[in-house]
Amino acid sequence: MTTVSSAEHTRRDFLYIATGAVGAVGAAAVLVPLVSQMNPDASTIAAGAPVDINLAPIAEGQIVKVFWRSKPIFIFHRSPKEIEEAKKVDVASLRDPATDAERTKPGHEKWLVVIGICTHLGCIPLPHQGEFDGWFCPCHGSQYDTAGRIRKGPAPQNLHLPPYAFLSDTRIRIG
Amino acid sequence: MSGHSTYQPQNAVLQWLEKRLPIGGLIYDSFVAYPTPRNLNYWWTFGGILSMMLGIQILTGIILAMHYTPQTDLAFISVESIMRDVNYGWLLRYLHSNGAAMFFFAVYIHIFRGMYYGSYKDPREVLWILGVILYLLMMATGFMGYVLPWGQMSFWAATVITNLFSAIPVVGDTIVTWLWGGYAVGNPTLNRFFSLHYLLPFVIAGVVVLHVWALHVVGQNNPAGVEPKSDKDTVPFTPYATAKDGFMMVVYCILLAWFVFYIPNYLGHADNYIPANPAVTPAEIVPEWYYLPFYAILRSIPNKLLGVCALFASIGVLAFLPWLDTSKVRSGRYRPLFKQFFWLFVASAIGLGWLGTKPPEGMYVILSRLLTLYYFAYFLVILPLLGFFEKTKPLPNSISDSVLGAKA
Repeated sequence: MTTVSSAEHTRRDFLYIATGAVGAVGAAAVLVPLVSQMNPDASTIAAGAPVDINLAPIAEGQIVKVFWRSKPIFIFHRSPKEIEEAKKVDVASLRDPATDAERTKPGHEKWLVVIGICTHLGCIPLPHQGEFDGWFCPCHGSQYDTAGRIRKGPAPQNLHLPPYAFLSDTRIRIG
Repeated sequence: MSGHSTYQPQNAVLQWLEKRLPIGGLIYDSFVAYPTPRNLNYWWTFGGILSMMLGIQILTGIILAMHYTPQTDLAFISVESIMRDVNYGWLLRYLHSNGAAMFFFAVYIHIFRGMYYGSYKDPREVLWILGVILYLLMMATGFMGYVLPWGQMSFWAATVITNLFSAIPVVGDTIVTWLWGGYAVGNPTLNRFFSLHYLLPFVIAGVVVLHVWALHVVGQNNPAGVEPKSDKDTVPFTPYATAKDGFMMVVYCILLAWFVFYIPNYLGHADNYIPANPAVTPAEIVPEWYYLPFYAILRSIPNKLLGVCALFASIGVLAFLPWLDTSKVRSGRYRPLFKQFFWLFVASAIGLGWLGTKPPEGMYVILSRLLTLYYFAYFLVILPLLGFFEKTKPLPNSISDSVLGAKA
C-alpha cells in the first residue's frame, strides 16, 4: 500500500459527506409518503364538501345538531332573552374574550352556529344545561353560555365557529 | 451471559447443534444455571407472571384477530359474533380483556416492588428505563385494544385520548387530524389502531428480551439490596426460581380464571355494549381502571395544556427515578423514613385511582390536587432530599448473613 497524502483524504472525505448528504435527503424523501398516507384521504376530503341547511323548521329556543366533516354542528335559534344574556356579559371577564357580535353574523343575531365539540378534549356538550343556559360538557365539566363561550371548567377556548354564510334569511351553507 | 458456558449436552444431535448455534448453552446459562440471590421473596415472581401474561395476550389476540373486522360498520357486530357464534369465542375474548387488566395489575406490583427495594439504582438504570418503556408500550397497546370493540366507551376514549395531542401549541390540530386520518375519529382511525394493536405486542416482546438481557448482565436485585458476594449468596435458577415462579404463575392463573368465569364484565363498563355513536357522548366517561390515577392527575389541573403536561410528566418522571433518589442504600428495608413516604406514595396512587372514578367537582377536585401534589413531591422533593437527611439502618454484610440471621 502506498501512503495516502492528506490532499487525497480531503477529496475522499468530501465524497463521503456528499454521498451521506444525498442519502439523508433520499431517506427524508421516502418518509414523506410514509407519513402523508395517514392524513385524510381523497374520499374523506371530498365528503367534507359544504352542506346547505334550511333554518325555517327550527323553532325559537331550539338547538339542532347537523353534521359537517363528521363534526357535529349546533344551530341555536336563540330567544331574545338568550341574546340579551349573551350581550350583557362583560367581555373583559371572559377566558376567551369575544363579543356576541363576533360570534354571530350581522343581521342574524338570533342564529348561533358553532362546532359542537368541547375545546377541552373533544366530547359533545349537552344543550340547555349548566349555569349559563348554553352547554354543559359531561366529560370534564366545562360550561358554555348562550354565545357558546367558555365560562367555567377546564376548556381553554370558546366553541369554535365553522365557516358558514347566509344564502337567504332561512338558509345557510356550512363549509 | 458472560464467560464460558458450562453447558455440555449428552445427546449427539444437541452436541452437533451446539457447535453450530449455541442456543442450548444460552438457554441453559440464562434459565438453568443462572445464579439468583437466595433471599428472593414472592414479589420477585412477577417478572415471570408478566411474561406469561404477554404470552396469553398474544395467543388469544392472534385468534381474536381471525374473527374480528376492523371496519366501523362491522367491528361491533364482529365482536358480538365472537361472543355468541364463534366456538369458545366468549372464553377467548374474556381471557383477552380480563387478561389485559391482570397484565396491568401485575405490572403495577412489579413497578412498586422495584421502587421499594431500589431496583432502579446503579447499576440497574438501563434495566429500569427499559421497564418504563415497556410500561408505556403496554399503555398504548391497551388503549388501542380498548378502541377495537367500537362501543360508546371505545369511541369516546379514542376521541378524548387523541385530543390530548390538540393541547400542543400551533401544530396540535394538524397532529390530531393526522392521527385520525379524517376530521374526527372514524374508520381510518379504527383501521390503523387495529394494525398497531397487532404490532405493538411484538415490539413489547422485543423490548422484554432487552429487559431480560440487561437483567442478566447486572444480576437481580434482592430484598437486602446488597450484591451477592460468594456462591453462598446465590442458588441456581433451576429448580429454585423456576419452581417459585411456576407456582405463582398457577396462582395468578386462578385469579385470572376467577375473573373470566365469574365476573368477566366487572372491570368493564356497561356503555361499551352500546355501539359507537359519534353524535352522543355518554353521561360519564371513565377510562379503564389501570389508567385512572393518570386520568385523575389530568383532571386535577384546570388548564388544558398544563393538565396534559402533568399527565405525561407523571409517567415520564419514572424514567429519571435512578437519579432522583440520592440515597446510597438500595433496599427500603433499611430506610425507616423512606418506608413511610413510600407507602404514602402507594396510598396516593391508589387514592388518585379512586378519585378518577368520581365526578370532577367539590371535595374530589381538592383531594385530587393534594394527591397529585404528593405524587410529584415524592419524586422531585422527598426522594432527592431523603438521601441527605435520612439515617439508614446498618446493612448486612452479605445476603447469606441477612438470611441466616448473622448479627447485623
